[in-house]
Amino acid sequence: MTYSVEIRQLDLSFGAVKVLKNLDLDIHEGEFLVLLGSSGCGKSTLLNCIAGLLEVSDGQIFIKGRNVTWAEPSERGIGMVFQSYALYPQMTVRGNLSFGLKNARLPKDEIEKRVARAASILQIEPLLDRKPGALSGGQRQRVAIGRALVRDVDVFLFDEPLSNLDAKLRVDLRVELKRLHNQLQNTMIYVTHDQIEAMTLADRIAVMKGGKIMQLGSPDEIYNRPRNLYVADFIGSPSMNFLHGHLQGGQFKVDDMVMPMTGYEFAAPQVADRPAVIGIRPEHVVTGELVRNAPLQFSVDVDLVEPMGSDTLIYAKLGQHPFRIRMDGQARVRSGEVLAIGIDPSRASLFDQTTEDRL
Amino acid sequence: MADATLHAGPRGPKPKRAFSRANIFIYGTLLLVSIYYLLPLYVMIVTSLKGMPEIRMGNVFGPPMDVTFEPWVKAWSEACTGINCDGLSRGFWNSVNILIPSVILSIGIASVNGYALSNWKFKGSEVFFTILIIGAFIPYQTMLYPIVILLREIGLMGELSGLVLVHTIFGMPILTLLFRNYFASVPEELFKAARVDGAGFWRIYFQIMLPMALPIFVVAIILQVTGIWNDFLFGVIYTKPATYPMTVQLNNIVNSVQGVKEYNVNMAATLLTGLVPLIIYFASGKLFVRGIAAGAVKG
Amino acid sequence: MTTTLAPSQARPAKRPVRLFRHLMSKVALIPMILTALVVFVGGTAWTVVHSFTNSRLLPRLEFIGFDQYERLWSTARWIVSIQNLALYGFLSMILSLVIGFTLAALLDRKIRFEGAFRSIFLCPFALSFVVTGVAWQWILNPDFGLQNLVRGWGWESFAFNPLNDPDTVMFGLLIAGIWQGSGLIMCIMLAGLRGIDEDIWKAARVDGIGTVKTYVRIIIPMMRPVFVTALVLIASGIIKLYDLVVAQTNGGPGISSEVPAKYVIDYMFRAQNLGQGFAASTMMLVSVLIILVPWAYLEFGGKKRG
Repeated sequence: MTYSVEIRQLDLSFGAVKVLKNLDLDIHEGEFLVLLGSSGCGKSTLLNCIAGLLEVSDGQIFIKGRNVTWAEPSERGIGMVFQSYALYPQMTVRGNLSFGLKNARLPKDEIEKRVARAASILQIEPLLDRKPGALSGGQRQRVAIGRALVRDVDVFLFDEPLSNLDAKLRVDLRVELKRLHNQLQNTMIYVTHDQIEAMTLADRIAVMKGGKIMQLGSPDEIYNRPRNLYVADFIGSPSMNFLHGHLQGGQFKVDDMVMPMTGYEFAAPQVADRPAVIGIRPEHVVTGELVRNAPLQFSVDVDLVEPMGSDTLIYAKLGQHPFRIRMDGQARVRSGEVLAIGIDPSRASLFDQTTEDRL
Repeated sequence: MADATLHAGPRGPKPKRAFSRANIFIYGTLLLVSIYYLLPLYVMIVTSLKGMPEIRMGNVFGPPMDVTFEPWVKAWSEACTGINCDGLSRGFWNSVNILIPSVILSIGIASVNGYALSNWKFKGSEVFFTILIIGAFIPYQTMLYPIVILLREIGLMGELSGLVLVHTIFGMPILTLLFRNYFASVPEELFKAARVDGAGFWRIYFQIMLPMALPIFVVAIILQVTGIWNDFLFGVIYTKPATYPMTVQLNNIVNSVQGVKEYNVNMAATLLTGLVPLIIYFASGKLFVRGIAAGAVKG
Repeated sequence: MTTTLAPSQARPAKRPVRLFRHLMSKVALIPMILTALVVFVGGTAWTVVHSFTNSRLLPRLEFIGFDQYERLWSTARWIVSIQNLALYGFLSMILSLVIGFTLAALLDRKIRFEGAFRSIFLCPFALSFVVTGVAWQWILNPDFGLQNLVRGWGWESFAFNPLNDPDTVMFGLLIAGIWQGSGLIMCIMLAGLRGIDEDIWKAARVDGIGTVKTYVRIIIPMMRPVFVTALVLIASGIIKLYDLVVAQTNGGPGISSEVPAKYVIDYMFRAQNLGQGFAASTMMLVSVLIILVPWAYLEFGGKKRG
């Protein structure tokens, strides 16, 4: 196994603005890597750099061990799928699929073979002679994927490919993309701001902020062991509850509440006392019968109840602090009630208040 | 007014009844103003169809009692402009010979400019573009003589091709702006996709951008055809009598001091000169408005 | 998380030479670059420099300081030209805006035949200034045109002969100029009116504000950018005023309808006094800059910093 894409100390500035800062990233052969972040974090910029559509300011990019930092996009062995599909409106689907191959001066029969193969994989054979204007959003995105597919490349780049689709179609295509990856086993780099897409598709997720990678890891790691406050806050919906307090002798103290962190895996064997933040996911809070078995038990004042069908979201106050709890859809809780809750410190996250890093 | 239904078009409140006072005022005003706008056209037409004796009897606004096409024939093939007495036909063909290459050349260059400026930016490209746009606001008078020298140096002074060059140069700012804005509105991802597909500068221009930009080409053509056809200043300065465009010839026919003034011939000549842009105007409808709205920025 | 794999040799690829990046784009822009630098910058600079020389038939680099400008400002014809342009410019701005806006507002009242009226008002704009000038010269002709017509109706003492009266000749030009150009302003105003949110009208109606008051107090202030565009347009048309004058009055009677653009061209190409022409055209450039620079600063300068 080798690396498929390697990025070394990549810098990119637009004028005085540094968009990517000394960025390193290795992507394995056949890996599905998701670049996740809110808008302006540099994820699309990084993807465009890999594609060769943006000129880097410094650093190197390797694809399959070949230095492609200054190579033309078409010479890099990449295929790219865009958010707006970017189909050539005046060409038929067939024309769209074969445009790149014609530019590469491939023989006619080879072009036909590849177009037919891509069309069959994506089940768009009946659409081959239509223009993009006559296709639905989902069909267009399939053609766009097909355009990358025919190029027979090592690396697929996806720039928010599902963002323009409606919610239902997005789920369908997401599943199809995953199936496609299983079938083709190509390296795929996928940019999105949608954490559900990231969690479901990725082998590894790179959470980005301000041109830097905040955490690179499996979806499980990102969700359960966020490396810093930003990642913890960014991942999860509704987002994590944070309580600001102190870590003292292995106990987290906020106001007059004391939470012994028994079972919590500290990042370092010895953690000194310091101001800290505890993060507790709303879905990791237990209620009802389960409270009795929980290591930590508290009671909260229910402020507001949002039934959402499959679950119920409770906005409550834990002492003075706002606290969200996710219960199942059958929960019967009213605002004004006092609710007993249970927390398991081993599922919580602790962060240093100043460095914001995981403790 | 509570029952006023609001359509997608006009935004003002709907007048109540067909013959309300407001309605009479609106239509009355519009009709009155229409007379001001239509009157000259009407007068030109009726005058051009009258004989000189009838014109001398007065009443420019009266319809011709005795319709004659003699003035039109004379204006086209016999009217004198200085030395030549072969009518406007010479100017017409000069204008055509100026128009066609000017339109093609100016739009060709400007569309490539706009494409390069919006998709293939490089250090300094915006600077040159800014200079170009500022240039559009500089009065032509400050550049007239240097261009005379330039044309003389390359041997095109007085030639039709020299005037073509002048039209290409002075059409460049507005057309480049027009195409740049258009190509900037084309999704950038389309351009990126074509680059990933291995297409280069010219292939992307001809195969991706050009077919998409047809509407804006029509707008540019309307803008240039009317603009170049109606030009007088450049025509009078950069051509010689043999290569005068139609507008210059018209002015010479109408405002020549020698001979008896033949008003009917003058008006026929005027209409002939205005015919090409008028046809474009009525044939292109809404696109004309877009064209001039685009050209409106012209300095 | 860290699998131990040998990274590719960090053999740095050579950065390509800057000049050759996007080379074809640079090649394709050569005509534009030449136009911008040689014709626009070079040509303007050449003219400004030569306005300080005593060039007559041919351009010469014999500098005589501001002599040409002194001569220019002591020439009656230039003074008349400036006064004419100021008068024409002021009136044509006011009239174009008023007429253009009024017509647009009337057309915006959900009337029938809107398209037909619009076509009529815009139609003259398709015609050249030469055609416009010649047509109005004929209509304003005292012996055959309007004056003659009204006298024919029995009003023997009626006098309307602007083109032959030094005091009113500019108004004769103005009638023709407005005829040709106001349709365009109407079009721009109409587009501006159509761009105003329909809810504004609904809100005004709910608040019981009268139609005229809504226009004056709400709509017009909202259309500020449209008015600015229209003003810039009219202004740039005014400074170029040349064809119309040549065709309609040729500067007459006497010098009473001369304009700066005509002064420049006559001195450069007829009077063979290039220096005067250069000085006059430089003055035109200066006046454009005086109008344009503050405007550009207000429109674009503020945005960049904000």
